[in-house]
Amino acid sequence: MRLLAMATAAVMAASPVMADLVFPSLSYRTGPYAANGIPFADGYEDYFTLLNERDGGIGGVPARVLECETGYNTEKGVECYEATKGEGALVYQPLSTGITYQLIPKATADGIPVHSMGYGRTSAKNGAVFSNIFNYPANYWDGASHAINHIMSLGDISGKKIALVYHNSAYGKEPIRTLEELSKKHGFELMLVPVDHPGQEQKSQWLQIRQQRPDNVLMWGWGVMNQVAIQEAANIRYPMENFIGIWWSGSENDVLPAGEKANGYKALTFHNLGKDYPLFDDLQKYVVDAGKAAGAGDQIGTALYNRGMYAAMLAAEAAKTAQELSGNAEITPAEMRDGMEALEMTEAKMAALGLPNFGPEFKVSCENHGGNGLGAVAQWDAAAGSWNLITGYEASDQDVIGALVDEDSAAFAAESGITPSC
Amino acid sequence: MFYREAGDFSTTYPQDSQTFPIRFDRYRYYVVLAVAFLVIPFIINDYWANAVFVPFLIYAIAAIGLNILTGYCGQVSLGTGAFMAVGAYAVYKLMTAFPDVSMLIHIPVAGLITAAVVTLFGLPSLRIKGFYLAVATLAAQFFLVWLFNKVPWFYNYSASGQISSPERTVFGIIITGPNTEAWAKYMICLVFVTICAIIARNLTRGAMGRKWMAIRDMDIAAEIIGVNPMKAKLTAFMVSGFFVGIAGALFFSVYLGAAEVGESFGIDKSFLVLFMVIIGGLGSIFGSFIGAAFMVLLPVLLKNVLVGWLGWPTDLAAHLQFIISGGLIIVFLIMEPHGLAQLWRVTKEKLRLWPFPH
Repeated sequence: MRLLAMATAAVMAASPVMADLVFPSLSYRTGPYAANGIPFADGYEDYFTLLNERDGGIGGVPARVLECETGYNTEKGVECYEATKGEGALVYQPLSTGITYQLIPKATADGIPVHSMGYGRTSAKNGAVFSNIFNYPANYWDGASHAINHIMSLGDISGKKIALVYHNSAYGKEPIRTLEELSKKHGFELMLVPVDHPGQEQKSQWLQIRQQRPDNVLMWGWGVMNQVAIQEAANIRYPMENFIGIWWSGSENDVLPAGEKANGYKALTFHNLGKDYPLFDDLQKYVVDAGKAAGAGDQIGTALYNRGMYAAMLAAEAAKTAQELSGNAEITPAEMRDGMEALEMTEAKMAALGLPNFGPEFKVSCENHGGNGLGAVAQWDAAAGSWNLITGYEASDQDVIGALVDEDSAAFAAESGITPSC
Repeated sequence: MFYREAGDFSTTYPQDSQTFPIRFDRYRYYVVLAVAFLVIPFIINDYWANAVFVPFLIYAIAAIGLNILTGYCGQVSLGTGAFMAVGAYAVYKLMTAFPDVSMLIHIPVAGLITAAVVTLFGLPSLRIKGFYLAVATLAAQFFLVWLFNKVPWFYNYSASGQISSPERTVFGIIITGPNTEAWAKYMICLVFVTICAIIARNLTRGAMGRKWMAIRDMDIAAEIIGVNPMKAKLTAFMVSGFFVGIAGALFFSVYLGAAEVGESFGIDKSFLVLFMVIIGGLGSIFGSFIGAAFMVLLPVLLKNVLVGWLGWPTDLAAHLQFIISGGLIIVFLIMEPHGLAQLWRVTKEKLRLWPFPH
């Protein structure tokens, strides 16, 4: 019995190894969200592998990606966080709004930064309240505004009926408040259509859409829900060009199952798509050809792979900034936080990395942890099998969003007894 | 040799009717309590608390609750997840409405609220049995989850529909929120689990427990010998609801800190607790503990062995973990349908005779 206990203790306790930069990847390669979790995790890991292989790490210190399977489940996410934080984790990117909500107070108490890129709690943009949480370059409320702006650019919006098909969780509920404000401002009617986890069954929701005939459908979906929704939309012959997904509902894995019928489906994005960048040559040479690609290695260049890579690139750039600021090559999580807060992405920087014009330019500051919220609309071309940007990076309605961010972050500050400071 | 009644003489009635009449059992129980209360709090760290002990203790309370209903009274319930959600939302509303009241009051009150709700959903059990009752509790599961998602009052109108537990203290020690020390989290759960287990053990040994078991074994016969089925069934739902509510309250406030009803208290949670009860052993308090330990610790252990030691890819390990857990469940159900508690009972019988089995 005692021996067993000791053996378990030895197995369960993880031994801390320092001397490298640890980037935990709370990924999910299993479960109903795996179709979207795999490309992101592959992209995240491959970028760090590339840095290690080509440049010998970041500032001479090798990066180590600690992968931990969460299955998009918050309890496993917490377990992963606890298991990896002792190894000197620099930044957490949980790729789950639910897990982000769990980690916001925990990571802040532990002094580890969290980068919820394009997800998580939107009001974390206000860095005065959320000192350790970053959500640059864009957030859900920007996304909601981009979608509405795009509809407005195609015609008059007042009097139109717009449906929001959303994952019935913290994630899917995030844009509702912004859309309500926008509907007041622009005079459209908002119709809410929740889909419960995991979203494999959406017949009744799409029947409702078929009956009520909204002019546009917005979608906040993830995992298997996306594929099902696009298939159902095709089944009721909903015009795809009026169907706009958030950036998490815009990967190849979401549209491919519907085949030709998905042609014309639109999705938002905050970074560029495709693999037509010099960096991909290096990736091929140092990672893929060397047999070091993460996962099955078949996701390179897909929308979510690019996003995972972009997330890793921003983390690596923040780590470089932190190294410059602190003068140490082996940075601590606190220094990483400062690096993230001082991060500035310029076109010259991205071009030097081999990703010219890949994402918007932005600058993080203590007051603004959310970047400038630029986003673009991509459209799926089923015949060519590729996403094409149909707009440039455009600004969101900051009048509406700024006020909501202030309101929500003030509520959080009051609730958890934080004095906003910068 | 170690485990036997010989030489254990009871000279008073309380001695004769104590929980652990055999000396070895009693000492083992004291040792476990001593280790749990006096050793573990001093050596526990964040990882052990959050990944191992706290979920184990909380699930043990939930399993005890379900075991009373399913194992002792024979009423199948598939609504445990939603009943835990009732506890969680009750404690959330209490914590935010009365910030100055101690959590030691809020958590039992949340348990009482859950008991009332569960009793309400137990009413159909007076008319329907078996599979039909399971379906009725399944309806409770979906209805309650829908309700907590639909009515913003339950989550204090927060934008995301999430509930998050603010910082609260017991005797000046922080037990909820991000700044909680590992030992404080562990201790609050341990205190509740100990009290719940003692209450449950004594209830099931007394008149009430005997009535439940009579109903479970044959309700018509029980009614003929004078057991009131309505009272017996509803008390089982009530007591079960109380424990499940406490488990839900602790699960949200101490363990998770932030929760979302569909994800944290979905149907999978109901099945998870039901598996704990079945694997641990129906109708056994000890079984609830080993069932909870099995279902909580096995995935963590497998993950650490496969990924941490062997360095396998995480997806392979996660899939393998499903296969191994599922396989073990099937093996246990075939080899030992009465659960792990039965193994322990058999071991005890063997130990009584050892080393002279004939």
